[in-house]
Amino acid sequence: MAQMKFLCDAERCIECNGCVTACKNANETDWGIQRRRVVTLDDGKPSEVSISVACMHCDDAPCMAVCPTDCFYKTDDGIVLHDKDICIGCGYCLYACPFGAPQFPKEEAFGERGKMDKCTFCAGGPAETKEEEYEKYGANRIAEGKLPLCAEMCSTKALLAGDAQTISDIFRQRVVYRGHEDGGWSSVEKAQMSGPDVSANLDEMAYDATRATREG
Amino acid sequence: MHTLMQCLWRLRMIGAVLLLAVLAASLAPPSSAAEPDEEIGQAVGTVDADTWRQVKSGENFIDSRHDSTYNLINPSGETWRQIRNEWISPAGLIAIGGMLAILIIFYLVVGRNDLDHERTGRKILRWTALERSLHWTVATLFIALSLTGLNLLYGKFVFRHIFGDVFWANMIMGSKLIHNYAGPVFGILLIVILAKWLKMNLPKKHDWEWFKQGGGMVGDKHPDAGFANAGEKVWFWLLASVGLLVIVSGFVLDFPIFGQTRDNMQWANMFHGVTSLILMTVALGHIYIGTLGTEGAFEGMATGYVDETWAKQHHNLWYEEVKNSAGQPQQSDPPVGDDTATAHRPN
Repeated sequence: MAQMKFLCDAERCIECNGCVTACKNANETDWGIQRRRVVTLDDGKPSEVSISVACMHCDDAPCMAVCPTDCFYKTDDGIVLHDKDICIGCGYCLYACPFGAPQFPKEEAFGERGKMDKCTFCAGGPAETKEEEYEKYGANRIAEGKLPLCAEMCSTKALLAGDAQTISDIFRQRVVYRGHEDGGWSSVEKAQMSGPDVSANLDEMAYDATRATREG
Repeated sequence: MHTLMQCLWRLRMIGAVLLLAVLAASLAPPSSAAEPDEEIGQAVGTVDADTWRQVKSGENFIDSRHDSTYNLINPSGETWRQIRNEWISPAGLIAIGGMLAILIIFYLVVGRNDLDHERTGRKILRWTALERSLHWTVATLFIALSLTGLNLLYGKFVFRHIFGDVFWANMIMGSKLIHNYAGPVFGILLIVILAKWLKMNLPKKHDWEWFKQGGGMVGDKHPDAGFANAGEKVWFWLLASVGLLVIVSGFVLDFPIFGQTRDNMQWANMFHGVTSLILMTVALGHIYIGTLGTEGAFEGMATGYVDETWAKQHHNLWYEEVKNSAGQPQQSDPPVGDDTATAHRPN
């Protein structure tokens, strides 16, 4: 069985927020709910990096572990979903989640939280009818054999969605192609950005995706 | 006429495009090969170890979500999960289960603390109607909050399997609603009751002697006690300290509208769990002593009046004061309409 995952290639993300918009449009989430977000580090500085993040569908999901209602479940594809009929809006999943994925419509008195809403990997959720499913959880593209719309619409293909093995293979290929020394989560060494050899390193830094090979 | 307008429109468009092209050419940056610094300035940021260190630090980031203060990765959530699930949750079970076991064993082995002498039939007013209403309101709320709180912490391991999804969904939703709405009422009333009973719970010298004799369990004689004995005072001060922490942490969790952060609420949740489980554990002892454990104690809080013999045995200093002060109600039958009566409160 596939283990569905998201992977965001931070070197490709250009902070266009297309994924955010695609998600909002595909799932028609409530007012104020934005299942996907783009976090930018060091905004405006040379070291600026952007990463798109939503529910990461963890293997050992903290939200599942702390939920007092036990409303979460994992599909055979490794997608973490939840049942809004059982959710009580206590907010514990939000406390536990490393990625800030769970959100709550603020529609009740005293700021009481409504039913939690989060990314479903475009896999819908438990419901009697298709209409009810769309109303509560948004699109079920997985059932139609499609991947999440955020990744499908990513203009730079920074955001990848699919089986963990497949997307990590794609990412690994990119890493090899870029010639990084320290594996997937590293890049051109910071040391190369300064010092006397900086001009010599410019060629490497100005990586051109249209080149056939790194040397070519 | 129509075609003429179209022609003019096209000409204008071509002009605009040309103008844009000229502008773009003049504004285009010079070839950056000769300007290393400039190219560095425009280079795409690199992802390296420092980037991930910065993610961990939780500083210097922006989030495309409106009004969001969420960093990319929030490691404190996992800490909270571990502390809640691996420590607080089992410790609470051990504490409450342990206390229940101790009380059952104590009742079976030692049994009820009976009155040493026959009842005289003379009754002394101990709790006024207002105090009893306050006590039972707070007690009812406390039990409701305990049961719903325990359901929020442990319920999913039991009831969903027994009753099924639909019943469980209503049960847990009801628990949350009762907990969230009864909580603030409990908080306010507990503070009222603490203020009302503060004076008689101030520690006295004879309280130390009471502790040394284990409240009468060590040795044969009954240690001195005023209106409240040292054990009751401990319960009072526990509510005045740990109880207030429960109220404050519950307030932080119940009203997420004052800008409290995710980290604030994790802390509040841990405090709330630990403190409320302590209160529940000790409350079991309080309930036992007030009902099964002591002959004649429950009627005090039920009717307001205690028997003279009970007063003499458990609160001898208070009894002496009541006896010495003239005009105090000492009668054979509880009077009707005791709301206007005042209990004798020394100190």
